[in-house]
Amino acid sequence: MKITRREFIKANAIAATAAAAGVTLPQTAIAAGARDKIRWDKAVCRFCGTGCSVLVGTQNGRVVATQGDPDAPVNRGLNCIKGYFLSKIMYGKDRLTKPLLRMTDGEYDKEGEFTPVSWDQAFDIMAEKFKEALKEKGPSAVGMFGSGQWTIWEGYAGVKLMKAGFRSNNLDPNARHCMASAVAGFMRTFGADEPMGCYDDLEHADAFVLWGANMSEMHPILWSRLTDRRLTAPHVKVAVLSTFKNRNFDLADIPIVFKPQTDLAILNYIANYIIESGNVNEEFVKKHVNFRIGNTDIGYGLRPEDPREQAAENAKKAGGSKSATFEEYKAFVAKYTLDYVHELSGVPKDRLEALAKLYADPKIKVTSYWTMGFNQHTRGTWVNQMCYNIHLLTGKISEPGNSPFSLTGQPSACGTAREVGTFAHRLPADLVVKKKEHRDFSEKIWKLPEGTIEPKPGYHAVLQNRMLKDGKLNAYWVQCTNNVQAAANLNEETWPGYRNPDNFIVVSDPYPTVTALSADLILPTAMWTEKEGAYGNAERRSQFWRQQVKAPGESKSDLWQTVEFSKRFKVEEVWPEELIAKKPEYRGKTLYDILFANGQVDKYPKQEVKDSAGNVYHNDEMEDFGFYLQKGLYEEYRLFGLHGPKKGHELATFDQYHQSRGLRWPVIDGKETLWRYREGYDPHVEKGAGIQFYGNPDGKAKIFALPYEPPAEEPDDEYNLWLVTGRVLEHWHSGSMTRRVPELYRAFPDAVVFMHYKDAKVRKLRRGMVAKLKTRRGEIVAMVETRGRNRPPRGVVFIPWFDASRLVNKLTLDATCPISKETDYKKCAVKIERAS
Amino acid sequence: MANNKTGSILNRRRFLIETAITACSVSLFGAGLALYARQASSLPPYAIRPPGALPEEDFLGACIRCGLCVRDCPYDTLRLAKLGEQTPLGTPYFLARDIPCEMCEHIPCVKACPTGALEPELTNINDARMGLAVLSDQETCLNFLGLRCDVCYRVCPLIDEAITLDMQHNRRSGKHALFLPVVHSEYCTGCGKCERTCVLEVAAIKVFPKPLVKAELGEHYRLGWKEKEKAGGSLIKDVLDLPDRMPDNGLNLPKIPEGL
Repeated sequence: MKITRREFIKANAIAATAAAAGVTLPQTAIAAGARDKIRWDKAVCRFCGTGCSVLVGTQNGRVVATQGDPDAPVNRGLNCIKGYFLSKIMYGKDRLTKPLLRMTDGEYDKEGEFTPVSWDQAFDIMAEKFKEALKEKGPSAVGMFGSGQWTIWEGYAGVKLMKAGFRSNNLDPNARHCMASAVAGFMRTFGADEPMGCYDDLEHADAFVLWGANMSEMHPILWSRLTDRRLTAPHVKVAVLSTFKNRNFDLADIPIVFKPQTDLAILNYIANYIIESGNVNEEFVKKHVNFRIGNTDIGYGLRPEDPREQAAENAKKAGGSKSATFEEYKAFVAKYTLDYVHELSGVPKDRLEALAKLYADPKIKVTSYWTMGFNQHTRGTWVNQMCYNIHLLTGKISEPGNSPFSLTGQPSACGTAREVGTFAHRLPADLVVKKKEHRDFSEKIWKLPEGTIEPKPGYHAVLQNRMLKDGKLNAYWVQCTNNVQAAANLNEETWPGYRNPDNFIVVSDPYPTVTALSADLILPTAMWTEKEGAYGNAERRSQFWRQQVKAPGESKSDLWQTVEFSKRFKVEEVWPEELIAKKPEYRGKTLYDILFANGQVDKYPKQEVKDSAGNVYHNDEMEDFGFYLQKGLYEEYRLFGLHGPKKGHELATFDQYHQSRGLRWPVIDGKETLWRYREGYDPHVEKGAGIQFYGNPDGKAKIFALPYEPPAEEPDDEYNLWLVTGRVLEHWHSGSMTRRVPELYRAFPDAVVFMHYKDAKVRKLRRGMVAKLKTRRGEIVAMVETRGRNRPPRGVVFIPWFDASRLVNKLTLDATCPISKETDYKKCAVKIERAS
Repeated sequence: MANNKTGSILNRRRFLIETAITACSVSLFGAGLALYARQASSLPPYAIRPPGALPEEDFLGACIRCGLCVRDCPYDTLRLAKLGEQTPLGTPYFLARDIPCEMCEHIPCVKACPTGALEPELTNINDARMGLAVLSDQETCLNFLGLRCDVCYRVCPLIDEAITLDMQHNRRSGKHALFLPVVHSEYCTGCGKCERTCVLEVAAIKVFPKPLVKAELGEHYRLGWKEKEKAGGSLIKDVLDLPDRMPDNGLNLPKIPEGL
């Protein structure tokens, strides 16, 4: 170790000062000169969908530091406060290092105590339980719950094992809670998933409209870019819509607090305003848009016996629609007048008009952003589509600055959950299990006999919990997510399902989360840069990283676990004879042989993983399986984009991603695509067409006439407040990583309930007192906060869900958008009283 | 008058501190003297008095070291100075970095005080002035570096009043904003939540006694824009402004944007 004289003096001075202050510094902190020995390599931030690039510093087998990559186009060296602490997230004191099985007297027992076992023992019992379920009830009795925080190949391996191996479509990601409405909106309107625009819109728009996206806290670095645009281009306007005042309002030129659920009406008012003021871009609409009227009265995705479902006319045909004309659409939105929508939403008329004018004025380039305010909505699919409606009516789409942009929550909700197709109804690259053509293509790529993939969509996230409770889903594997803290209605649905004696629940996680502790078997899991990985962010940018360090103890990556587990199944144990007969060469083989050692995935032999500086990296999976598993999986997956029936998903090669700071797909002829569907930017658009929404066969987008409909549960005399849940900047989702960083814990230790001071006062509550929050489903206690970052209006309270010591999902209602099946975490009725 | 008083306190304190330093550097006897000197001295700058505390000298006179304020503090924020600490023995104080003041609406510590050392007139906790937060290190404050921390801002009970974020263009990144935390002494109560939660190893924002850190503008100069705002318009009326001569359009010269 080399320490210069100056550094030595500095280090001594620091130590002396510290000693004087009575602080003992760790030896590593003093040895500032050791910086030379840090090896730096690129990676992606572990947290949100922004996808900030970071450089990871490794020393003696440990990540000791990180920095924002100063040359990265997304963040230019910056990070938010979670990203600042990336180097600490892997080193929580309670990392799991051994598989843990509930046992009594050396035997598995659902009511037993967690006991360390070997991986062999863990997979033995797991395989036994999966085989039992498959044998007794068939593929519908096994399931897997994945993640938008899985790496791309982890998701891809999960799809293969479940949909091809076990022939079960009961695979769904936590992105169901997060992006499903965005997906359904994209598919219904454009026939293709994911945004047309990219982050460059931030530097081109004249106006930004935030629809239920608290970017200031949830996408901090994008917010920084948006703020800079507002600061440096004074003509830019920012409109912020929310059901309570949040930090976005600091920048709002048009601040709008609306009554929950009335965003639907506001969007139709804007459409009506655009039409009435003569600002429809008629040429664009004529050439590029079809009109449809969607089914209404579609229920709330609750259990079928719920009276609200019984009463709904189209609960079983929620996705239905019929074709319409512009005139019919015009008549449909005509009732959404300024007066009516002002009454309904409680928003002052001048603000509604100012907002509508931003969209209507042909000279103003508008970028709309939304996240969970739209997606977690019992009409989530509708509200996404209704936003596209106003962009399509005005032709403000698919060009720099004119962009309806669905922001993603998770780091790879796009890259993994959506692009790889880990949803219960999907296959890679926008394919779906329902279509024979799509199944045929997937089976061809995967070298499977025809008919391997089941045509019926599997259980989605919410349904998985219901089916666990009802005893229909019996062998269940959760990876990389904390659903016992996330899924709504914990007491009535999730917990009974996990602890149902008929079920065997496996949870893979680096930490003992509440989900892990609710399981029967916990598998210790490698995280972030303890494995080679890839994420895809909100702007279609795929970013790769190499394995930087070894995972602690016996921890293994989700990828290793999925692939290794597949060795436990002989094809005869999972496939019927008539299917095997179509591929007799598979007889006697394991799922591992068929899915992973298939000549494609194992195509790339064991090799050294090297960066351009010659540094050599671990790859534990390559070490164990004997071939470059990640590369093989990725290159096979890539075939779906290159040759699949849905165009526009071309990806670059595995090696190119390792060399780059991420590339935005489709990557064609060595170029990224920034704006899709517009000639010049997107090579898939035919010459002379101008615009082509090629996700739909006729190249046109669809404007759907959809109404305002009330939410599933509203405040009444007893449960008299709206409950809104969400996040805070300091914590990521359920807090399993950020609450283990002492500084972040200190910054926001416990979830508090933000409420209006008058709402507190009438309940004899004061700031700092402990309140009991009670819904029809459960209760928790939390401290009252009447000051601070969030200022709800009277009648609304907000509570973040990161805090494992007060599970907010005991309160929330498992009502979903009936089309997307995504839960509405923003609206249910709660009562609040003093906790005694 | 106020100036003189502050001045004399500072002079006295500086004298005592200097005495202590001198004493410390000589001998064992010196160490003993230093202990004595420290105990006799007023509050060290990191120790914050409870809300409503009288000016330090008066407070020391009025406080009977009963500990009732400490007993009634629901957050264990307050503590009593022990023998050997720099804070005068038996008096209540808190260290913001350890446990800050949570600014209870009903101010139980003030209610508990039997002598008025904590002024009973303080009924609105927003009026408390325990100290003043200072962003003391711009070199390490993450927001000054362009990161999005702003934890101090978001935990501030008087967010947007006592701490605001001054948004500026980040010239280094070229496309991000800097969100610079600015403390406003008009509102800051000195509760210390910002110092407590600063995520750095050593806090970049700290609470100090107000007289120690608060600067004062010279009375001979006023801020024009503030005076105008106060007056609701320009302080001088009916000013003559002749129009600027502009070329007519026929010359096709570049147009100068209006206003500046």
